[in-house]
Amino acid sequence: MIRLERIRVTFHPGSAVETRALCDLQLNISAGEFVTVIGSNGAGKSTLLNVIAGETHADSGRILIDERDVTGWSTARRSALVARVFQDPLAGSCENLTLQENLALASCRGHRRSLRPAVNHDRHNDFRHRIAQLGLGLDHRLNDRMGLLSGGQRQAVSLVMATLNPTKILLLDEHTAALDPKTAAFVMALTDRIVRGLGLTTMMVTHSMRQALAHGDRTLMLHEGRIVLDVAGAARSRMQVADLLQLFEQVRGQALDDDKLLLE
Amino acid sequence: MSLIAFLGAIEAGLLFGLVALGVFISFRILDFPDLTVDGSLPLGAATAATLIVSGVDPYLASLAAMAAGALAGLVTALLNVWLGILHLLASILTMISLYTINLRVMGKPNQALLGEATVFTPFEGLGLPFYWLTPLCLLVLLTLAVWLVNRFLSSEIGLGMRATGANPRMAAAQGIETGRMKLLGIALSNSLVGLAGALFAQIQGGADITMGVGVIVVGLAAVILGEALLSTRTILLAAIGCVIGSILYRLAVAFALNADFLGLQAQDLKLITALLVVIAMSLPGLRRRWRSRRRGR
Repeated sequence: MIRLERIRVTFHPGSAVETRALCDLQLNISAGEFVTVIGSNGAGKSTLLNVIAGETHADSGRILIDERDVTGWSTARRSALVARVFQDPLAGSCENLTLQENLALASCRGHRRSLRPAVNHDRHNDFRHRIAQLGLGLDHRLNDRMGLLSGGQRQAVSLVMATLNPTKILLLDEHTAALDPKTAAFVMALTDRIVRGLGLTTMMVTHSMRQALAHGDRTLMLHEGRIVLDVAGAARSRMQVADLLQLFEQVRGQALDDDKLLLE
Repeated sequence: MSLIAFLGAIEAGLLFGLVALGVFISFRILDFPDLTVDGSLPLGAATAATLIVSGVDPYLASLAAMAAGALAGLVTALLNVWLGILHLLASILTMISLYTINLRVMGKPNQALLGEATVFTPFEGLGLPFYWLTPLCLLVLLTLAVWLVNRFLSSEIGLGMRATGANPRMAAAQGIETGRMKLLGIALSNSLVGLAGALFAQIQGGADITMGVGVIVVGLAAVILGEALLSTRTILLAAIGCVIGSILYRLAVAFALNADFLGLQAQDLKLITALLVVIAMSLPGLRRRWRSRRRGR
């Protein structure tokens, strides 16, 4: 279980451009829950993910993962509990390492790294098996450099990398936003399959309201660093994109000028 | 060029192959431009020479030189990782400090090693002339060094180091303490350079405070030359490339100095090396610009 207690993050405090990225945010995510997060630019979505991953440290408040206080932990230390897929397909892997070496890096997440060879026979077979399940034919390209793969392929591999080892929470940061619609749909279907298959606790940030409602089992809407909507269960399944849009306009107090973006 | 001059160039090339491997780890693997080497090479030389003169076994003295080099690298990395000083500046600060340290270690600007036993002494019984012996010993050592560097960079920790240089954000997300990797990598890199210094002093017959000037440029030239000649597809190829690059660089220099019609002299060496690095580093960019201009026409 993930618990955020009165998390406050302020950027550039004391200056003219002071921004409250997160305002005393409270959030409980139960084990196995798949939460989708929406909100306009600057609502605090990315900051929320960064605070959980440890890339941004909160000015005040606490973060607990399974009742363990991880507030002061570095990103590297938290990685034993937190896995992540970035928005930029290039960000989640090293292009100069081979597919296999990237997977080997990920298979050490949460373990102490040793001087043993990173790739061995057992790992090779395991990687081959996992990559074959993607159905992209990449299992024959384990020795290819990551940079030779397309954006969609890299994002699919990033998903495998993030879920290779057990994790307390999987963070997906608009991980289909940089892909073309067809590839995005493939990666999203893959996400559902992996998350449901492993019963992973997941938080997915998205720009698309349709995606936010169609996937997962709970939806949060962020606005100016606060949670303005938190729906799950029957209330959520009754919800349409139009309802969400209306709510969105209400909290913003103005008509949306980027409807298209939000609807895809 | 005489055989002795040729073997001398091979010897110098192999010796600076150690420097090239060190520069490869800092510049290429960690993406950390580290100028500490200009100070850690004479540090290794000074440490080894001083210890040998005071009666320490040359092998122990060379190990101590490696440790001293590692320590120097550690200082640079700590300045960067802990104090947040820009890597380049951090390494310049260490390099300048080492000038004083090296003078302190030797107690004077140079330390001769005339008539002292060196790491090569035990092999003199093999009956080979010295101009064959040293390069052969160095060849064995470099083979071992290349194997070790490749083995290390293929390990779980080594892979973490490569990720730290290539994509620090991803590395942290995979649980790699990127700061610690920099400390380890820069220390490792400078320990190789310290060893090169120790061997240099024992081959040359002494340590000198000025022997480190421009070492970084020579190392970089070797790395770039190696990359141009061999593919960098695997770490092993890249590491072998460093050594071959270093040897070819020395051979080219020897030929240039031997060719009387060029009118080049030993004092022109540093300028030529710098020009070589400038040309090698700007070639890819220039080639791209030239190609796009042609396409635009």
